[in-house]
Amino acid sequence: MAVEAVSEGSAASEFWQGVRLSLPVVVASGPFAMLFGALAIDNGFSVFEAFLISAAVFGGASQMVGIELFGHHVAPWLIVLSIFAVNFRHVLYSAGIGRRIAHWPLVQQALGYFILTDPQFAIAEAKAEAGERVGFIWYLGLGLPVYVFWVIETVIGALLGKLIPDTSALGIDFLLPIYFLGLVMGFRKRPLWLPIVAVSAAASILAYKTVGSPWHVTIGALAGVLLAVILPPRHSGVEPQMEHEV
Amino acid sequence: MSTTFWIILAAAVATYFTRIGGHLVMSRFERIHPRVEAGLNAVPAAVLTTLVAPAVLTAGPAEWAALVVTALASLRGGLMTMFLAGAAVLILCRQFVG
Repeated sequence: MAVEAVSEGSAASEFWQGVRLSLPVVVASGPFAMLFGALAIDNGFSVFEAFLISAAVFGGASQMVGIELFGHHVAPWLIVLSIFAVNFRHVLYSAGIGRRIAHWPLVQQALGYFILTDPQFAIAEAKAEAGERVGFIWYLGLGLPVYVFWVIETVIGALLGKLIPDTSALGIDFLLPIYFLGLVMGFRKRPLWLPIVAVSAAASILAYKTVGSPWHVTIGALAGVLLAVILPPRHSGVEPQMEHEV
Repeated sequence: MSTTFWIILAAAVATYFTRIGGHLVMSRFERIHPRVEAGLNAVPAAVLTTLVAPAVLTAGPAEWAALVVTALASLRGGLMTMFLAGAAVLILCRQFVG
C-alpha cells in the first residue's frame, strides 16, 4: 500500500498514534540510557563513544553487557560476540514482523529492522494481531522517540557521570522486568499463551542456572516457540489450509 | 581509528544482522508452513517471558509485589497504566523493604 494514498492529515495522525504508544517505552528506557551513559564513562568510554554505541547498536541490555566486558579488558571479538548473543532474540522478532511489513518499500523495511527493539516488536505485533495494518509512518512514530531519547539520554548520563543518585531506591534496576511483564500480559489472549509462557519461563530459569546469561534468553525463547511448533497447529489457531503471502 | 571504534562498529553490524536475519531467512520461502506460523505467533510471549523469569527468581518481596500489581493492572488498564502501577508499588515497597 502506497504512502501517497494516505492523505497528509491522516499520515500525521498515524505518526502521533505511534508516538503516544512510545511514551511508556521512553519512560521505562530513559533511566537505563542515563545509567548506560554513566557506566560507559566509568568503564573507559569517551562521551562520543557512548553516543556512538547507543546510536549504532540501539540495544540496551546488549550495551550493558558490552560495556561491562569492555571495562574488564576482555578481548574485542568476545565483546562483539557477547553483544551478538544478547541480541540474538531479534532473529525471532525479525522473522515474525517480516509478515507484517513486507508491503513497505525496501528502504523503509531496512530502516524498520534497524529500530526493531523488544517493545517495537511487541507493540507492532499486537497491532497486526488486532487486524490493523502496520504502516511505516505509525511504526516510525513508535520507534523514533525511543531512539532519539535513548541516544540523548545516553549522552546526558555520560556527561553527568556519577551524579545519578541511589538507583536502587528509585527502582531503576527493576523497571524493565516490570515493563516486559506488561508486554507479556498484553498477549494473554493468544492461543497457547499460558503453556508457552510456562515453558519459556521454566526453560529460561533452568538455562540461567546452568548455561548462564545471556544464553538463557535464546534457550528459553526457543523452548516456548518449539512447544507451539510441536503441538498440532489448530492449538495455535492456525488453519492448515490457509495460504499466506510472505 | 581506535579499537573501541571498531568494536562499536562490529557490534552494530552484528546487531543489525540479528534484526534483519530472521526476515531474510523467512523471505526465501514462498509459503509459510502452519507449524512455522504457529511458532512465529509464539515469539512475543516466549521471548519476553525470558526477560522476566530469571529476574523474578533473583528478586525479593518488593519486586514480587510490583510484578503482581503489574499483572493485575494489565487485566484492566493499558500498557502505561500497568507500568506506572508496577513502578509505583516497586518504589514504595523499596522504601520499607531493603
